[in-house]
Amino acid sequence: MPTIFALATARGRAGIAVIRVSGPDAFLSARLLCGDVPAARVATVRRLMSDGIVLDEALVLTFCAGASFTGEDVVEFHVHGGSAVVRSVLFALAGLSGLRQAEPGEFTRRALENGRLDLAQVEGLADLIDSETEAQRRQAMRILSGDLADRVGIWRQDLLRGMALLEATIDFSEEDLPTTLVAEVEEAISRVLSDLQKELSGQRMAERLRDGFEVALVGPPNIGKSTLLNTLAKRDAALTSPIAGTTRDVIEVRMELDGLPITFLDTAGIRETDDSVEQAGIARTKTRAQEADLRVFLVANAGDAAELPMNTDDILLLGKADRLVGRSDMFAVSGLTGQGIDKLIEKISSYFSEKIAGAGVVVHERHRAAGAKAVMHLQTALNGIRLGAPSEICSDEIRLAVRAVESLIGKVDTEELLGHIFGRFCIGK
Amino acid sequence: MKQYDVIVVGGGHAGVEAAAAAARMGVQTALVTLRADAIGVMSCNPAIGGLGKGHLVREIDALDGVMARAADQAGIHFRLLNRRKGPAVQGPRTQADRKLYRLAVQDLLAQQGGLSIIEAEVADLIIQGDRVCGVVLTNETRIRAPAVIITAGTFLNGMIHIGDTSWSAGRMGDKPSLPLAARLREIALRQGRLKTGTPPRLDGRTIAWDKLEMQHGDDVPEMLSFQSKSPIARQIACGITRTNASTHDIVRKNLTRSAMYGGHIDGIGPRYCPSIEDKVVRFPEKSEHQIFLEPEGLDDHTIYPNGISTSLPADVQGDYVKSIGGLEGAVILQPGYAIEYDFFDPSGLRPSFETKAMKGLYFAGQINGTTGYEEAAAQGLVAGASAASAIRGLNAPQFSRQNSYIGVMIDDLLTKGVTEPYRMFTSRAEFRLSLRADNADQRLTPMGMALGLIGPERRVAFEDKLAKLDVGRTILNTHLYGPHQAEAAGLQAGRDGGRRSAFQYLGMLADQPAAVRRLCAEASEIHDETLEQLAREALYDQYTRRQVLEAAALDRDSGQLIPDSLDYAVVGGLSAEIRAKLQQRRPASIAHARAIEGMTPAATVILLAHLRKLGRDLSAA
Repeated sequence: MPTIFALATARGRAGIAVIRVSGPDAFLSARLLCGDVPAARVATVRRLMSDGIVLDEALVLTFCAGASFTGEDVVEFHVHGGSAVVRSVLFALAGLSGLRQAEPGEFTRRALENGRLDLAQVEGLADLIDSETEAQRRQAMRILSGDLADRVGIWRQDLLRGMALLEATIDFSEEDLPTTLVAEVEEAISRVLSDLQKELSGQRMAERLRDGFEVALVGPPNIGKSTLLNTLAKRDAALTSPIAGTTRDVIEVRMELDGLPITFLDTAGIRETDDSVEQAGIARTKTRAQEADLRVFLVANAGDAAELPMNTDDILLLGKADRLVGRSDMFAVSGLTGQGIDKLIEKISSYFSEKIAGAGVVVHERHRAAGAKAVMHLQTALNGIRLGAPSEICSDEIRLAVRAVESLIGKVDTEELLGHIFGRFCIGK
Repeated sequence: MKQYDVIVVGGGHAGVEAAAAAARMGVQTALVTLRADAIGVMSCNPAIGGLGKGHLVREIDALDGVMARAADQAGIHFRLLNRRKGPAVQGPRTQADRKLYRLAVQDLLAQQGGLSIIEAEVADLIIQGDRVCGVVLTNETRIRAPAVIITAGTFLNGMIHIGDTSWSAGRMGDKPSLPLAARLREIALRQGRLKTGTPPRLDGRTIAWDKLEMQHGDDVPEMLSFQSKSPIARQIACGITRTNASTHDIVRKNLTRSAMYGGHIDGIGPRYCPSIEDKVVRFPEKSEHQIFLEPEGLDDHTIYPNGISTSLPADVQGDYVKSIGGLEGAVILQPGYAIEYDFFDPSGLRPSFETKAMKGLYFAGQINGTTGYEEAAAQGLVAGASAASAIRGLNAPQFSRQNSYIGVMIDDLLTKGVTEPYRMFTSRAEFRLSLRADNADQRLTPMGMALGLIGPERRVAFEDKLAKLDVGRTILNTHLYGPHQAEAAGLQAGRDGGRRSAFQYLGMLADQPAAVRRLCAEASEIHDETLEQLAREALYDQYTRRQVLEAAALDRDSGQLIPDSLDYAVVGGLSAEIRAKLQQRRPASIAHARAIEGMTPAATVILLAHLRKLGRDLSAA
């Protein structure tokens, strides 16, 4: 019986997210992530680590087989709700051998099989499972609208065709088949493979689209970052005052900019200081600013250097444009008067719009894992085909790839494969 | 009145295996057939085995069935198909001398104790309540038995078509079974109509063989039975020729005169066995189609031209045959014809092939919507062994997608139903790498022994083979070698890996046995045949391990049986649509339920919960 895991709480930003692991290797996963297995039924704080990197400080709960929701050994990791944290923990669990993502309803099914639920409870839970799958379906539908659906449709066609042709060379080798079939299989498979890989690398962006992008406002103290932010947000999220160094911490303001979910980070002004509290704030500023998707640097005078190394797309502009004496060709902005605000918004939103245009359809961790698995199998299949490995083995790899992405492309039935073969070739004596 | 344990109706390939299997299991069996001398007749092409089909034949043999042994005795042209591919998709096949095959089958049945052959026609069933209790013959003799297996093939309302002429028939020259068909129709079983075609039979003495390309059998013939060593009959070659543009013209011009294209036939034909009319219409871009000229026997001049089945009128058949290279002077001995027949929707069957509608009534073979001798024979064996198990109070044989092609076929028929004649292909078996023709005995003979299907001779041979494989496997698995040693022995092994077992080296490339013998001195204890079998196993080792996990999940779902009596109306929480589908399909297990289109994870859980509750109530009662 494989050990399964899944995010047990609703996806999205929440204070706490619960990741549940159930099965014979559940405790092993706790040992590998926390260093030990906390006592059963005692909420215990543990630092979750994977590959030497701290993922989160989490509350860890363990339940022994026979006294858990599923009836198996269960571990719950209550982690901080940020999607990056959740993703990293799910990713770490997926990397453990013997563990896999749970299918919809699988925890419930195990609970049932182990006698942990009665029928009335199940009927209630069934709604939950159904709504979960329905929500996934709807999300998939939304993701799959427009040209993206076309792309998935092409994957399906290519995989079906590749598999059907390979099967034709096996089951109908006695027939008059063209000799170019294997090359055609190779072509179809490599097309799906490269497209899937592209999709997986674009996937981060798609997730960010769902969770929002981060834009850090960076600049020396008292350059007007907080005022600018307030203008952007049209509300007093950050405390503004004329005293330098007021914003000691990082303040987040989430807003929609041209329809894009964007989180602005108002950071502590960067300067040399002996104040230890302010130093800590500045250190945090630097980290957060570097991790953000885009940085807007405000400087006092044209020619001033940015406080941090700039990326190509970062925006550099003059702050407090209302106070500027004389004219400058440089892009200037003022939170107080609103000068340059529209231009800034346009710059930011066009930057992200461009990025999104190239983003992929694969949004869920589940889809990502499935896509990665499909890529692995397709790679093996393709290598096999190129090296002349037995075609039944290559075909098995493609079959597993198709199964992995079945939730995206839909079930591929043998009848359909055979239909493809009979439609294309004159089979039969 | 006579009394038996099992009555088998029909002496075709399904009937033969059904009767033989029941008798092997020690129950009193009667085989009722129109003509005892027609038992084991090959009414279509004169060959046994092939891709997917060869797997079925080996599985029948692994359960000590008749087909493989008879085919080996009658085989006149053995070829292992896909010889250049891996062992998982290789299919043994032989062309068989029709007469020798029929005689071999009749001979094997004659040697079988506990089996009576009755030459008669069954007109009716004896029915009491919801169960069958025997049969009534046309001479009004009544024969009683608690199990009746119907293997009527194409004889139920059979209708032969040649051009615009058609008549009722079971097979060319035989009467159809009309009264029985009428009775079966009354038992509220869902019916459909299928068709199949045959080519014109040619006189071999009128074919210009010297103008044709010839295909010979394999130099080292691969036998169909695990028990056979080498062919008995003289071996012959087949001819190969092709249709051409003028053949296609003749067919095209006369399409309206074809029974199929003239609208005389309603039945659905198989897509993988198209008539020459279909080939010309559906693939107009193909300028030629291959034809295999297969001799029907050593002392028989009849040639079966595989590839030009038809329902065109006889004169058109004569014209198009003469347009083909080498057949310019060919004489047609019997024109090709299409035959339409009734089949019963196999989703009305249990995995034992007992009908859900009537206890003790079993259906096997073409009557279930399949095509092919091998498919029919395998079903016959299942039905015969299941009926005998029921009578002896034994557990029913457990065939599954995980253990056999037979299991794949049962599962496909029961869950998917039939839209065209069902034929086996290796691509239907998702566990193909594990379900090989070469290991059919390892997969199924133990089950056969538990059921009492296996005779002493095979049992001894099998146990000896298994012991040798075990010893060999242990030797190979316990001797480890580094990459340098492997290279010295002539094996190409990556230097990246550490030490590997001799078994792993054996599986790394095809054709390793010789090198592994150089590498591992202890392997000298392993017999050549054993080492070759271990090499096939080693080749797929890592894949079969992976499939074991997949199979386990399916096993779990298949093991969750759903009682036939389940009233889905009282299962709360199911959507109306799912409820209706379940009510109609009546899945035998959770695995079958899950395969139904539209089943959701939630519905599965609800169903499981309900079954659990039923189980608890039962045990409490």
